[in-house]
Amino acid sequence: MKARVLHIASNTFREAVRDRVLYNLIAFALLLSGAAVLVGQISIEIEKLVVINLGLTAVSLFGIVIAIFIGIGLVSKEIEKRTLYTVLSRPVRRWEFIVGKFFGLAGTLVVNTFFMAIGVFAALFYVSHKFVRADGLILVALYFIILEFLIICSLALLFSSFSTPLLSAVFAFSLFVIGSFAEDLRGFAGMAHGFTRWLATGAAYLVPNFSAFNIVSSVAHEQPVAAQLIWHNSLYALFYAAMALSGAVLIFEHRNLK
Amino acid sequence: MNQRSKVSLVAGVCLVFSLAASAVVLHRTDQLRPQATMEEVLFLNSPKMLKRASLGYTGLLADIYWTRAVQYFGGRHHNDAQSYNLLFPLLEITTRLDPQLLVAYQFGASFLAPPPPNGAGQPDRAIQLMEYGIANNPNDWKLYYDLGFVYYMNLKDYPKASDAFARGSRVPDTHPFMRLLAAQMATHAGEFDTARMLWTATYQNSQDKQIRANALEHLRGLRVDEDVTHLQEAVTRFGERTGRLPASMSELLTTEGLRGIPVDPDGHTYKLAPEGRVEVRVPDDFPFATKGLPPGFTPQPKFHSQNQ
Repeated sequence: MKARVLHIASNTFREAVRDRVLYNLIAFALLLSGAAVLVGQISIEIEKLVVINLGLTAVSLFGIVIAIFIGIGLVSKEIEKRTLYTVLSRPVRRWEFIVGKFFGLAGTLVVNTFFMAIGVFAALFYVSHKFVRADGLILVALYFIILEFLIICSLALLFSSFSTPLLSAVFAFSLFVIGSFAEDLRGFAGMAHGFTRWLATGAAYLVPNFSAFNIVSSVAHEQPVAAQLIWHNSLYALFYAAMALSGAVLIFEHRNLK
Repeated sequence: MNQRSKVSLVAGVCLVFSLAASAVVLHRTDQLRPQATMEEVLFLNSPKMLKRASLGYTGLLADIYWTRAVQYFGGRHHNDAQSYNLLFPLLEITTRLDPQLLVAYQFGASFLAPPPPNGAGQPDRAIQLMEYGIANNPNDWKLYYDLGFVYYMNLKDYPKASDAFARGSRVPDTHPFMRLLAAQMATHAGEFDTARMLWTATYQNSQDKQIRANALEHLRGLRVDEDVTHLQEAVTRFGERTGRLPASMSELLTTEGLRGIPVDPDGHTYKLAPEGRVEVRVPDDFPFATKGLPPGFTPQPKFHSQNQ
């Protein structure tokens, strides 16, 4: 079982690389090196802040776009190309296919993030000429971004398991936007009464909460990150991704592929 | 050359030509409507709405707005503008997006407070900005220092300047001179000494080359102001005693018992104008001096100028 999941994951990774997904690294490198050189000339005293803010924001946005646009095609493309039938005719169970696809995409994003992180640290060294202890916090921000990717990958896969690629992209991107406002949603729910409050609170907890994962700004200002937040975010991402993945498995298991 | 190579060549030439042509046309269009630049447009003027639209990436958006504020101020300052209508909204958006962006408060106040053409002439807004910064970063003594600076330099409000320095003197890891400044403001003593202390502190506490150079310019201007004040007092004493003006600087020095020939920070001697005015020899070298300048002389505007 483990070997089959790993096999599907490695194939998904290879396919993503073949689709030239890692080409985004070139755009990222150009963006970051351009910003590092340019900002010093057009702004005042924010070179380091810009490198961290821009670097981590780009890591996050590039990754989210990759997660959504690859994630939505993971199942539907296999059906369209009819390769899914070949895979499933072998001793591979449907849930193994879904889980393998998830790990393959997650692996692609982790590798992508790793190279981008090298770029961020290189640009940081270029503008600061040294590293300080607080720069280590960037690693925590990167970890949170990866956790964010896991949730989005699982959601894209969930939508991909029952919908068309276009609608899946719309659903996944909408959930990403809504998830960025999750704290506001809970605030609105707190202001409502009766059934509406119950409904709004339910919706607020159902959508992913991405606001707790975004610590880019505080890391840029060298503000420490609570160990509890790292622990809570890790658990939240784990549970939420597991929930979405389970949904994808459930739907895919009962889907009529004929 | 085969068919495919020919097509590639033609397409390549077309690509380069079209790119160059579109750039030229765009450049011409910009010249047709010079007022249509984006500089004077805020697009979204609500910090709250921008915060929502940023999807949580507020840090980067704040950096972009801070850069816009710097460019806006720099552009208008360069053109000797008399109004800076967008400066405060830009700074407000920047600091609402990232309340920890200290540089926006510190530089922002020095953009807002001085009168035009050196600044926006909006000290009240500078104070509003600094108070918001202090509310969000209560343990940063430099913000209290900048607030006291605006009260002292631009508003001459000694009690409030003293209060700002005193508040700053109570935060952890504050600079020792904050207590001294608070006391000096409270007694309203030693104008030159106080101003010198403030500009020296600005010089010592900034890493920015432009700010340090600017502080040095102000210190040079202060030195001229102080020298000219003392020499002018000597001229007055000479006149009261003799009933006439001194014929030369050396007569003034000899009669008043002043030691040595006074020189400005560049080593040039001060000159005595026919009406008994003491003047510097090269006024353009001291853009922030307020004394010792020929009548009608207008110094070139420089960033961070304050009324001494």
